[in-house]
Amino acid sequence: MSNTGKPSLLVIIRRSPYDSSLARSAVDAALASAALDQTLDVLFLGEGVLQLLPGQNSGEVGLTNIGRLLSSFPLYGIEQVYVDAHAVTRHGIDLEQAPIPVCALQALQIHTLMEEHTHLLGF
Amino acid sequence: MIYSLLVLSSPVSGHGSRHAVDFARAVLARGHTLRRVFFLDAGTLASSASSVLPQDEEAQISNWVALAEKENIELAICITSALRFGMLDAAEAMRYERAAATINPVFVISGLGELVDACNAADRLVTFGG
Repeated sequence: MSNTGKPSLLVIIRRSPYDSSLARSAVDAALASAALDQTLDVLFLGEGVLQLLPGQNSGEVGLTNIGRLLSSFPLYGIEQVYVDAHAVTRHGIDLEQAPIPVCALQALQIHTLMEEHTHLLGF
Repeated sequence: MIYSLLVLSSPVSGHGSRHAVDFARAVLARGHTLRRVFFLDAGTLASSASSVLPQDEEAQISNWVALAEKENIELAICITSALRFGMLDAAEAMRYERAAATINPVFVISGLGELVDACNAADRLVTFGG
C-alpha cells in the first residue's frame, strides 16, 4: 500500500469468533474505522481465521453472528481482507464459502503486509 | 514523539493493564506526549470504582486517576465495551435504569471514533493485552 502521509491501518484479528468478547470488539473497531474513512486492511491470523467459517449459527450461544458482521465489510468499504494461509490449512477452512472474499498470505507476505502499514491494531 | 495507548486487558487478569499505566508514566517522564489512553473490551474494567481488592494487592485505578488528575491525560473508555462490562457513568446508569454509576469519573465514556482519532494523532499506538 502506498503511504501518502495519511495513516494506514492494519487491523489484525487473532481471536476465534465466540471464544472471547475481544473477537467482536476487533470487528467493531474495524467497522468503526472504516465508517470514519480510515484507510485500512484486515488480517485474520491464527485462530482468528475461524471467524471466516461458512454458515455460522450463533443463536444457540446467544451471541452476534460474526460471519454476518463480516459480510458487511464491503458495505463499509473494507475491500482488502487477508488471511494467514497456514492457519486456514490447519483449521480446514473453505475460503470459497467464507462470508467475504479474502486473499491468503504466506508468513513472509504477512511480514511484508505489516511493514507496509503505518499502524497495526492487534486483537 | 506523540503516543496513544490502547488497553485491552483486564486490570485483574494478567499484566497488560499494569504495564500500560507504567508505560504511560514512562512516556511522560521521557518528555513525550501522551495523546489519549483508550480502553476497549475488558480493558474498560480499569475504570471501575466499585472493585474491592485484597489488602495486599495494589489497586491500579489510583495510578490511572493520578495520570488523569496530575498530568491531565485523557482516559477514554469505549461505550459498547463499557456497557457490556457494566462500567456506567451517572448518565448511562440513568439511561439504562441501573442502580448506580460504577466508574470513576476521571474516565470518560466515549466511542470508537476516539480510538481512530488517537491512532491518527499519534506517531505510535501501543496496545496492551489482547
